[in-house]
Amino acid sequence: MQTMGFLSYIRPVFAIYISCAVLALLAFGTTTEVSPKPATTKPPYKSTALGPINTVPKVFPEPEKTYLPLFTINYPRVQIPFEITLWVLLASFAKIGFHVYHKITIWVPETCLLIAIGLIVGAIMYSVHEQPPAVLTSSIFFLYMLPPIVLDSAYFMPTQAFFENMGTVLWFSIVGTLWNSIGVGISLYGVCQIQALGVQDINLQENLLFASIISAVDPVAVLTVFEDVNIHEQLYIVVFGESLFNDAVTVVLYNLFNHVAELPVVDATDVLLGVVRFFLVGIGGMLFGFVFGFVAAFTTRFTKKVREIEPLFIFMYSYLAYLLAELISISSIMAIVTCALTMKYYVEENVSQRSCTTIRHVIKMLGTVSETLIFFFLGVVTITTDHEWNWGYILFTLMFAQIWRSLGIVVLTQIINPFRTIPFNFKDQFGLAYGGLRGAITFALVYTLPDTIVQKKLFVTATIVIIIFTVFIQGVSIRPIIELMNVRKTNRNLGTINVEIHSRLMEHIIAGVEDLCGQWSHHSLKDKFMRFNNRYIRKILIRDDRPESSIVALYKKLELQNAMEVLDTISGDISAAPSLISLHEEKTSKSSSKPKKPFLASDLIAMHEILSKNMYKIRERTVSYTNKHALPNDSRAREILVRRHTSIRRSLRARSFQGSEAMRSQKYFSLPLGQSLDYRSAAERFCHNGDGDTAFELSSWSARPRSKQPRLSSSRTTRLDTLTEVHSVASVEDEVREEQRGPGPSHVSSSSTDSRPRAPHQRYGSSGKLSIVDSDAEAEEQQPVPPPSAWIPEPPDQGSSGPQNPLLRRAQWKPQDQ
Amino acid sequence: MGSRASSLLREEDIEEIKKETGFSHSQITRLYSRFHSLDKGENGALSREDFQRIPELAINPLGDRIINAFFPEGEDQVNFRGFMRTLAHFRPVEDNEKNKDPSAGEPLNSRNNKLLFAFRLYDLDRDDKISRDELLQVLRMMVGVNISDEQLGSIADRTIQEADTNGDMCISFSEFIKVLEKVDVEQKMSIRFLH
Repeated sequence: MQTMGFLSYIRPVFAIYISCAVLALLAFGTTTEVSPKPATTKPPYKSTALGPINTVPKVFPEPEKTYLPLFTINYPRVQIPFEITLWVLLASFAKIGFHVYHKITIWVPETCLLIAIGLIVGAIMYSVHEQPPAVLTSSIFFLYMLPPIVLDSAYFMPTQAFFENMGTVLWFSIVGTLWNSIGVGISLYGVCQIQALGVQDINLQENLLFASIISAVDPVAVLTVFEDVNIHEQLYIVVFGESLFNDAVTVVLYNLFNHVAELPVVDATDVLLGVVRFFLVGIGGMLFGFVFGFVAAFTTRFTKKVREIEPLFIFMYSYLAYLLAELISISSIMAIVTCALTMKYYVEENVSQRSCTTIRHVIKMLGTVSETLIFFFLGVVTITTDHEWNWGYILFTLMFAQIWRSLGIVVLTQIINPFRTIPFNFKDQFGLAYGGLRGAITFALVYTLPDTIVQKKLFVTATIVIIIFTVFIQGVSIRPIIELMNVRKTNRNLGTINVEIHSRLMEHIIAGVEDLCGQWSHHSLKDKFMRFNNRYIRKILIRDDRPESSIVALYKKLELQNAMEVLDTISGDISAAPSLISLHEEKTSKSSSKPKKPFLASDLIAMHEILSKNMYKIRERTVSYTNKHALPNDSRAREILVRRHTSIRRSLRARSFQGSEAMRSQKYFSLPLGQSLDYRSAAERFCHNGDGDTAFELSSWSARPRSKQPRLSSSRTTRLDTLTEVHSVASVEDEVREEQRGPGPSHVSSSSTDSRPRAPHQRYGSSGKLSIVDSDAEAEEQQPVPPPSAWIPEPPDQGSSGPQNPLLRRAQWKPQDQ
Repeated sequence: MGSRASSLLREEDIEEIKKETGFSHSQITRLYSRFHSLDKGENGALSREDFQRIPELAINPLGDRIINAFFPEGEDQVNFRGFMRTLAHFRPVEDNEKNKDPSAGEPLNSRNNKLLFAFRLYDLDRDDKISRDELLQVLRMMVGVNISDEQLGSIADRTIQEADTNGDMCISFSEFIKVLEKVDVEQKMSIRFLH
């Protein structure tokens, strides 16, 4: 049945695909060199065949009367947008096609697939003797296609992890790229001197230029294949950062060497100037980006009334930073990157939830579209241009690129390992070195080389060879190799279930304690920055927020959304840890009657499989960013948080009712969406509201004080009192009632206040936000409980002990009268 | 390692902690500055919400329990000594320590104590037994939403079956130790503390 579904899905997709291809083919009937248009890549659509139709009235001797044409085709009018759209659509269909079969995306980086599709289309074009249009010009690439790619990478960089590892990242990207460029350049120059290859006319500058182009590595593309494989987590952030910053370095070097390559003679002053210019450009770009980032953040402070265009500010400011940097010839990539990094933190706090989502989605969309188009074009160009083969040069290039990269990684790691809290081991280094695929930017840079460079075609060919080699061969083979290297780690010898469970428990403990100790960074610096941040910067840039209601409202909103999503996705029930009541029940009913079941071997294997697939992996902080082409996935964090809340709520409710009907209804926490809950009756006792709306129900969670799971002991009655007292707190009630009136979550989100709670550390994605909001919002009510377990939630102090939450104050309640 | 923070920690305290836990001087000062930065109320002790403010703990499946492990029985505040005492469990076992002082009592980071820490995460009611339900709770916390109760129940049953030697359908601490005898607990339950 599944294959049937598979087939029925495949057919329409392929049908559309083929029809697109056919349309493209039709275009190539007769060669038409359409007048050069400033559009992105598109096979020129056939127009001459249609031309005569348009020109009919003119060409023929005039008849007496020209009739009004009933049906005209005016292709040139829509040509540009039409071709762009068709091309993008084609690429998007390709992307749909990849994900039909999940295994593909694990084993083959998406880049491969894109290039493959490009090759196919190129083959089609070649077979009908068509030329791709000369549309990938320098200006189009640099002005339209590069910014989205870079913005995409920059915006989704996990900032916290990045700053913790900033030194390493910058070290690898800047120094590494320089090392690679200069190393490869000089070696190639040396090779050029060899008579046999016949490429003496490439001088040093051009070699350096070429080398700088091919050292732009894009290892992020490889991360998709690391999905299941246990790679050192810190590697992810280094890879991300490296791929981002070495784009900047490459472009700077490119411009530098481009300029230098045109000089007939290069002397020492030029070199010195070059070096100075390099730093100037880089640092200037960063400062520029900071300024724009702050201005953007400041602007969003006032956008409360114009929610709909909030995302626009982000895009416009980033793009403006880019363009202005281009204007004054400083590193535009650094400008846009730092702009995005600075902006993100503050903007995401000022801006509404929907705008935030919109921003993310659009950025991701633009980035992937841009990159896809470049790869497509690469595939097409590969087949259709006439290449200049020079086996020696190309092979040497390939060899040197590999050698220098590996060497570079090894040397750089050796130097920086002592400074790192967690040093890189050999496997990490291998992953870094071998995973150095060349990306879209490499191709675009080489393609847009000025024609003054004599051997441009050779360069293009060599680059294409390198790209295809790295992407296809390295990209596809890295996963098996890593798995091979990992095999000694995963003990194929199935231990007992006990071992598996307890080992995972221990790993979680260690991860937790490590996070607790803050082992990853030098905290003093970060703390100092955060203090400075909280005291000054946030006051300026963040919109004034009203702590209580905003926290409550936002918390509810997020909880709602998450709960909805989790409920949507799960099949069974979210059985949170059984509460005490159900615990009790189980004990009495089950424990005695349970015979000792013999377990079959097959059961055991099944158990092992279940466990290994479903147990949470540890510390997935940056893992959510592994896939470059997808938005960060924080469902796991949500699951955990949602479950905590439900279990707490359940245990709380269970505590207050001793009745059996309530017990039974609460045993399994399943909330089918939209169904009226049994908890309604339970809820009535608690809250003053009777709607059976799931939305409401879930939202009322936030009004529950948090308490720990089964260890809650004696203070049941007292807790009830606290609850009623808490509910009498005005603002909570208001919020709750407000939601009660609202017909559903969507209205809640629109009616709730817009500002977000400040986060002590603004984190990656909403998983982080959730956790902060979580700890933030749980603090609405204080509920001190005597010994053993529950704790006193309190709003995390934002660096100023300033506005104490009145909500909190009122709810403060000492258990003296227990 | 702000100087402001370390000045609140006296030398004799450091010496005592060093003796008790085995951490080095620099480790203690470093951890003190971490303690201090967590202690938002600046009262020299951490409460549970100080811990909950650490976002990574919130999304750690066992976050709550780990936090709870820091607080001794019946208390809501933990001072620096207690903090270090708990953290001492995770100190790596050094070889030269093994021969040091058999009469001075077991160091905090011995294998037994590490296992006891893990055991206590299951055994909330401190009856020195992991019952089926306690096991189920922890399992449920560690596992995603796609496992049904029955499956989880049978996994728990199997776990107990494997470990239980005296037939009481619970895992006692000695059974726990026995079942993990082949596991390199010293390595698994150790953190490399920075100097």
